[in-house]
Amino acid sequence: MNMMPAAPVWGDMIRPDRVRGALYRDPAIFELELEHIWYKTWVYVGHESEIANPHDFVLKSIGLQPIIMSRGGDGQVHLLLNRCTHRGNQVCPKEKGNSPMHTCPFHAWNFGSDGKLLGYAFPEGYDGLDKSKHGLGRVPRVASYRGFVFGSFAADGPSLEEHLGGAAETIDRLCDNAPEGEIEITAGFLKHRVKANWKFILENETDGYHPAFVHSSIFSVADSAIGGLYGAKSTALTRDYGNGHTELDLRPEFRKRDQMLSWFGTTPDRLPDYVAKMNSAYGEEKARKIMIDGTPHVMIFPNLFIAEIQIFVIQPLGVNDSVQHVTALQFKGAPDLNRRMRQQTMGSVGPAGFLLADDSEMYERTQRGIQAHDTDWVFLGRGGHRERRDADGFIVSHATDEVPSRGIWKHYRSLMERA
Amino acid sequence: MIATLADSDLRHAVEQFLFREARLADEHRYEEWEALWTDDAIYWAPANGDDIDPEKEMSIIYDNRSRIGVRVRQLLSGKRYTQDPRSGLRRIIGNIEVLGREGDDVRVAANALVFESSQRGETVWASRNEYTLRRTGEGFKLARKKVALVNNDRALYTMSFII
Repeated sequence: MNMMPAAPVWGDMIRPDRVRGALYRDPAIFELELEHIWYKTWVYVGHESEIANPHDFVLKSIGLQPIIMSRGGDGQVHLLLNRCTHRGNQVCPKEKGNSPMHTCPFHAWNFGSDGKLLGYAFPEGYDGLDKSKHGLGRVPRVASYRGFVFGSFAADGPSLEEHLGGAAETIDRLCDNAPEGEIEITAGFLKHRVKANWKFILENETDGYHPAFVHSSIFSVADSAIGGLYGAKSTALTRDYGNGHTELDLRPEFRKRDQMLSWFGTTPDRLPDYVAKMNSAYGEEKARKIMIDGTPHVMIFPNLFIAEIQIFVIQPLGVNDSVQHVTALQFKGAPDLNRRMRQQTMGSVGPAGFLLADDSEMYERTQRGIQAHDTDWVFLGRGGHRERRDADGFIVSHATDEVPSRGIWKHYRSLMERA
Repeated sequence: MIATLADSDLRHAVEQFLFREARLADEHRYEEWEALWTDDAIYWAPANGDDIDPEKEMSIIYDNRSRIGVRVRQLLSGKRYTQDPRSGLRRIIGNIEVLGREGDDVRVAANALVFESSQRGETVWASRNEYTLRRTGEGFKLARKKVALVNNDRALYTMSFII
């Protein structure tokens, strides 16, 4: 351990309006991020609806660590380490399924869906093995917000609600768009790999400066009103919620339009069942407001992006290797809207998506670009002169301003310096 | 009509069509490629298995005729950056089997191996393809193409060319 080089001086690498390219390029920094971000703070793991029934499980990850998200027989959600407590073998190789137990194929050690060690082969070979001490490892803290399950490897620290802070309201706002107040993740994930650092993805999700250029090809050929949201005259806002959470708040534009479901590029007559259910769930006045505002475009640090009709989960594999897991959001009780959300998601995201293939191209090109050191600054100063505070005290600015990147890096620096 | 073709003639016509479709895709001849499709076309690359229900689960590509048109127009826009510069492509279509005929439709299956060279590097894409070819006055048209990538359950790099 004492062979480790001295820790970076973060203040030399991260300034309020610029950061060093080495932060995206240096494998030693990636290792420090695993330790101080991925294996410490709250990280999004999965949604409760992915394991709806007792003994359902699905494989997930936190940083590089393989996780089984499992529902025990009693309904409780567990985040178990997918590593046999005997000799470290991967216990579960199956992406998802339902099973009251997981048997390690190496020496037939048996674990329950709650992670407890149930049994092992040829017990006479042990002089009394305390099963209670050999259950699967688990993520020490597990918490859920509106069905979104997060894990933290830190035994102590801020609660999930403290971590989410003001950004929790965006998840509430999302769930309000479902007639039954809940979202579901049931359509399977597209997994899109990029040869780029995870933070390029993190920062791009709420960057409102790039769409007019990176996505001009699809805006020009598809009948889409998205392009105008990111123009120089847009009234949409970038917002820094603190703790690294950032938003592109499109509501000012949608409120100007004052048309229900305009956020989704459609009209109430095309989704009559959904509109009727919303009206009966919330009353017409509140339902109208929800259906004008639409769903959020928010990046929950470090890895959950709610993108109006999709969620993305960012998985780091290495300093220049990442996976974006993406699927359509599904609203409980809204089959007509859900179908359209799936169709639009398939068109726009994933390896062949009209939008995400171009975003991912930019991630990979930027990764190549920052191999050139030059002064090594990545400049993030856009809109610094016109930032202001909103009514809740959060920093906001024009849709195309780099408030989100600055907020992310401020939080990043605090996490790395705290280490 | 198809029933009147001898098996060997049908097989030859099918092969020629698939080879041409492959060449147009390899050479980024998008307008000619788009003209191969029928109005009720489905262009489908499933994810997470070969037999998923694309009406319920995510697919990598699930285009109807209108969306095929959008895909082509985007590629032709000059600003589809992921294909600018374009991927270098060559593919082999092999193991072609005529599975059956129904009216004017012929169902065909084949294996495909695509070599892609891009700025990211070199990628090999392998798939089982299923086609429905429809006999028309202008020869065969493509009514359905399913591309079941062998690794469609794993994380895939960008696949923005015509697979």
